[in-house]
Order: sequence, then structure tokens, then C-alpha cells
Amino acid sequence: MTVSRENSKAVYRGIKEAGIRFVTALPETWLVYLLQMAEDDPEMCLIEVAKEEEAIGIAAGAHFAGNPNLLLMQNHGFLGSINGIVSLALLYRVPLCMLIAHRGHMGEPYPWHTQGGIVTEPVLRGLGIPFDYARDPSQIGRQIGEAYTFSRSSLMPVALLLTRDLMEGEA
Amino acid sequence: MKRAECIKALYPELTDSLVVTIMGACAQELYDLGHRENFFYLQHAMGLASSIGLGVALSLPHERMIVLDGDGSVLMNLGTLATIARYRPANLIHIIFDNGSLLSTGGFASHTTGGITDLAAIARGAGVPHVAAVSTLYEFLAAAAEAFERRDLSVIVAKVEAVGPDHYGMDLKLPENAFRFERFIREKQKRVT
Repeated sequence: MTVSRENSKAVYRGIKEAGIRFVTALPETWLVYLLQMAEDDPEMCLIEVAKEEEAIGIAAGAHFAGNPNLLLMQNHGFLGSINGIVSLALLYRVPLCMLIAHRGHMGEPYPWHTQGGIVTEPVLRGLGIPFDYARDPSQIGRQIGEAYTFSRSSLMPVALLLTRDLMEGEA
Repeated sequence: MKRAECIKALYPELTDSLVVTIMGACAQELYDLGHRENFFYLQHAMGLASSIGLGVALSLPHERMIVLDGDGSVLMNLGTLATIARYRPANLIHIIFDNGSLLSTGGFASHTTGGITDLAAIARGAGVPHVAAVSTLYEFLAAAAEAFERRDLSVIVAKVEAVGPDHYGMDLKLPENAFRFERFIREKQKRVT
């Protein structure tokens, strides 16, 4: 299976329709088309970080500056960002809208993704972070808009888990 | 040179800037000079003050953004120097007070003690275009004045003594600081536009 270009376009449309013009990201395979679209879009400011925890700080700065933004990362990057999420976002009530590539769930062929995939949902629950799974390209635009809105009203990190159903495909 | 002296000398020039500090002594020394609405104190999440500064600086290119950082915090997030250099916001001044010590958490030596690790060299190697390494108050003020003038990404590594305040505490709840900082920026942008 390869990454779905069509569904990546649907995700990107959802990001734009939510009013987002500032994306902080670390490249990952499922996100490759999304990052290319962001790079090629003159309306979009894409900041690629060296490690995902940086992105939590950059997103907080963009929030303080009134700049609608979201984060794109793999679930292992989320796991590597937890102190930033806890000791900046949760501690200071800074909203984050995180689109997380959920590697390592059913159908995962790569052993190295499995442990991170297995613990992602329990860690989100443990942190009290509201989350939802994104599986259907026809719903992804609405889901991104709702995740963004909820992060701003609740002043919380909110996660949308991008699943294999959504991100992989023939085209 | 003491960090408190540097911050005190810089304080009158901070009125028109946005300022993010790291936790502990650095935050307290700025707060004790008098809190202003354009100050945000990151009392935890070590390493991310510079990332917050980058997010603000890229979002508001017309505002001067000053980060007051420390060696312990920068060592926790060295990648930040490369990210900052890559995007090179012209309005970001990143000041790193290097006391060679994790002062606020027991005073243990950091990797910069005895000159083993050279943060200015790391910043240069990361690609930061303007890096000053200073060890006297006179040099610090000169480097700060140059950074304010040049309008390009600048890092100042200031070697300071490992001393801090004899008290800690602020009459400012952490989320309150975040809410007020965000509101200050929002209202300032309304005045600008």
C-alpha cells in the first residue's frame, strides 16, 4: 500500500477550510503529500522542526500571536513531546490542534511502529487530551474544523488520529 | 558579570518588545524589576522558550521578539538553534545566559562548565548569522545594542556567574500570564493595524 494522494488532498483542504495558515511539522511517510502541498502553497507558512517537542513551543508562540495554526506529526513524535504538552500546553492552558499519523495499529506490517501505536490511545486518555479517529475522507474536513474549534474553546490540546484507512490507498 | 545586572540594564529597552523567559532565576530577576504585560515567563517545559519565541517572531514579523534563555534550557533543546537558523526571523533576538550551572535545580554543573561545550560555536554551526559571545556588562550591552539595530536573527551568549535571587514567587498564576500575554499582543495588533 502507498500513501493516498487523494485523501491527503482532502486532509489539506480541511486544514485550509479551518482557516489554518501556519503549520508546524516533522516529516513522516504518511504526511509526505500533506507537507508537499503545504510547501507549495504560497498562502501557507510551514515550519519543519528538528524534534516534535519544539513544535509545541512554536505552536504556543503562534497562538499567543493570534495566528491560527496546527501541528502535524507522527504518534512517536507526539510521545516524544509529552513534557512540552504537559508543562506548557496543559499548564498554561494553551490550545493545540494536533493531527497525528497513527502508525502501529491494526494491519501495521512494520515491527518498529507497533509499541508506539499500542500506547498512543492510552497515553492520550492518561493526559486527558480529547481525541478522535479520522478514517473517512468525506468526514475529515468537518473533523479538522471541529478539532480546531474545540481546542480553542476548551484551551486544551486536541488530537485527531489519522488512521491507515484514511492515509493509505492505491492513489 | 551577573545575569541580574544584564537584565536590569536591558529592562528599559524591553518596553516595545515581546519577551519570553525561561524558568527560575531568570524569570524572577525580570519579574522583580516590575512585571509588564509583554513578558511571558515559561516556568517549566525547559528548552521551549526559544521555540515560543520563534512561533511569535514568525507570526508577527513587525514585532521585536526577545528570548531570555539559559545554558541548561538550550542544552535540552539544541535542535532549536538549527530550526531558528533555518527560518531566520529577522525580528528574533535570542539571549542565552550561560552560568555553567543548573542553578535553579541545585546548582549542578552543566556541560558548558569550564568551556567544555561552547554554545556560541554551536549557534554559529547551526547557521545563526550573528552570534556574539560576551563576558562583561559592557560587551553585553554593546552586543544587545547591535542586535537591536541590525534587524536580523541574533544570538548572544552571555557568560554569567552562577548566582540567582534569594527568593522565588510571583503574584501571577501561570495561565493568567499566558492569557494576559496573548491579550496584550492581540490589543497591540489592533492598535498597529
